[in-house]
Amino acid sequence: MRRSVGVAAASAAVLVVAGCGGGGPQSGGDQKLTGDKIVLGVLNDQSGAYSELSGRNSVKAVEMAIADFKAKYGDKAVTKNISVETADHQNKPDVANSKAQEMYDRKGVDAILDVPTSSAALKVADVAKEKKKLYFNIGAATTDLTGKSCNKYTFHYAYDTYMLAHGTGTVTTEQVGKNWYILYPNYAFGQDMEKSFSAAITAAGGQVVGKDGAPFPNTSGDYSSFLLKAPTLNPKPQVLGTMQAGAELVNVVKQYNEFKLRDKGVGLAVGLMFITDIHSLTPAALAGTTYTDAWYWNFDQQNREWADKFQKETGTRPSFAHAANYSAAMQYLEAVQAAGTDDADTVVKALEGKEVNDLFLRNGKIRAEDHRVIHDAYLAQVKPQAEVGEPWDYVKILKTIPAAEAFRAPSADCKM
Amino acid sequence: MSGFLQNTFNGLVGGAFYALLALGLAVIFGMLRVVNFAHGAFYMLGAFGAYVLLAEAGVPFWAALVIMPLALGLLGMVLERAVIHRLTRLDPLYNFLLTFGLTLILQDLVKSRYGVQSSPYATPAELSGTVDFGLFDFPTYRVFILGFTVLLCVAVWWVLGRTRVGMVVRAATERPELTRAFGIDVGRWVTPVFGFGIALAGLAGVLAAPMRAVNPLMGADLIIVVFAVVVIGGLGSIFGSVAAGFGIGLIQAWGEAYLSEFPIVSQTVVFVVMAAVLLWRPAGLFGREEAPA
Repeated sequence: MRRSVGVAAASAAVLVVAGCGGGGPQSGGDQKLTGDKIVLGVLNDQSGAYSELSGRNSVKAVEMAIADFKAKYGDKAVTKNISVETADHQNKPDVANSKAQEMYDRKGVDAILDVPTSSAALKVADVAKEKKKLYFNIGAATTDLTGKSCNKYTFHYAYDTYMLAHGTGTVTTEQVGKNWYILYPNYAFGQDMEKSFSAAITAAGGQVVGKDGAPFPNTSGDYSSFLLKAPTLNPKPQVLGTMQAGAELVNVVKQYNEFKLRDKGVGLAVGLMFITDIHSLTPAALAGTTYTDAWYWNFDQQNREWADKFQKETGTRPSFAHAANYSAAMQYLEAVQAAGTDDADTVVKALEGKEVNDLFLRNGKIRAEDHRVIHDAYLAQVKPQAEVGEPWDYVKILKTIPAAEAFRAPSADCKM
Repeated sequence: MSGFLQNTFNGLVGGAFYALLALGLAVIFGMLRVVNFAHGAFYMLGAFGAYVLLAEAGVPFWAALVIMPLALGLLGMVLERAVIHRLTRLDPLYNFLLTFGLTLILQDLVKSRYGVQSSPYATPAELSGTVDFGLFDFPTYRVFILGFTVLLCVAVWWVLGRTRVGMVVRAATERPELTRAFGIDVGRWVTPVFGFGIALAGLAGVLAAPMRAVNPLMGADLIIVVFAVVVIGGLGSIFGSVAAGFGIGLIQAWGEAYLSEFPIVSQTVVFVVMAAVLLWRPAGLFGREEAPA
């Protein structure tokens, strides 16, 4: 009996691991566009912790970009044959690696978009480099993508750990308290966040009193030992900086409130938060928390109009990742249109150094040195429940951080 | 010292969830010889049900604490009659796959309606304070969970140990064939026991809603550890599952608190213990060796 249970467990595991293949071979042509078409690939988490903040709705956002591109150029468009391929990488680097290869090799994808989870993103950057195909990272935050792991075919859109740490770390240290306790998920993203925050805090005159890497993924869902430890440190930290994201962030904040750390004089700063996180925690649980946002749907008229269209498609308001996926798809299509070809090297040239203002990129520039796409970022604060005027209207923007300040200078580690 | 006590308390609270889930798995396995892979999904449904009841019908936590276990217990009994029962005579592999499939279906149903984003659920106002224990204070809600779970486990133990129903269930759990031979109709207890196990999972889910992220995958994350707990306690051993549940909760909490430089330890300690127990006592700490079939 026990043996058959073991066999059952093993076969169940196989079921879980087995993905689905498919897709036909690519017939090469000598036209300006391979196969006389453009294929965009959205590779992200479609079932796990990051699937709401990006996921399938990012596929929708990319489809919206394609529709807008076709409407803009009509018959002058470089092609009308533009499609989207999509796959779930389950936040696993090895799955991301094989799905990316499959997209480039077998599904004729010209550019891969999104890819949250830093460890997975770094794998896809390697694949892009090897296959000489484009990759716009949106979902992952590690600065290594524009540092030691940068390459000619990889662009880093949206945000990174420097942007988050610089905005939140600096301002919170100056305004809330100098002593920090940092809790981070122990993998590439969390470690990178911890380093970036520690650097920003120290630079702003603060100090990191203690830091702990929590297991990732944290299967028990419990953070109480860390939350109990925080107020007992000497000197006592005034700020708990949590670098957890998605459902793990929800767990940390719930338990932070449960242990009443705010009453014990330990404020909360969140390293990375999406509007979808505020929605699930409710503004009441987070009121007053500051964080750095890359884009906010209710910031101005342009954002709001797009958010209305997005809501018609998806039934929900967009996170910054959705807007960034739209923008990246649009900028890629524009570059192909300008270059008249989907040849990767030519498109890279068309993108490098380009200054852009669009839905997502304000005062944007695609830096040639390290392929960091810089743009204005925003310091946001969660409103108290009483000030929330309509659903999803959860934050007020305290300050716009100009593009040049929001991101770090090109790193010496990056050699294209 | 107060820090140690707090961490111990926390370990027991974490262990309370393992104990409730493991207890349900143990009685189901004992009675039906079914490894119920869908247990985590019912835990999730408990939490989600509490959320839906509150958000869409204004039903408070206390009512959900009664309604959800009953509703899910009933659903469990229906499922047992409709599908699981048809496969119990076959290799356990079949029911393992069936319940695994059920898990996927339940998760995806919830996902398609509510998405994977965590849903908000506030701690009931009466329990949102802290209790002062002199040396340290502790969230009231956690004290409640611990007290409630201990009471429940004692109640289950009493029912199983001191009532006629319990006697039948224990006998049927440990020696189903022999019990039948004594002329006791084991079959009529199978469905209620399955429902009872599921109800415990649903109850754990409702209890988890205020302190854990409520999302369709919350059970999938937890169930792996719970399986390890059940194996450590001894498959089908009722006392073993509860003891191992609390024990593993404690070890995890202490590991996280005092070995925080080695996060890998607190993450893997459950499985290390499981491997050690399997080598030393293949039937689990409190399990009995089965006669070779």
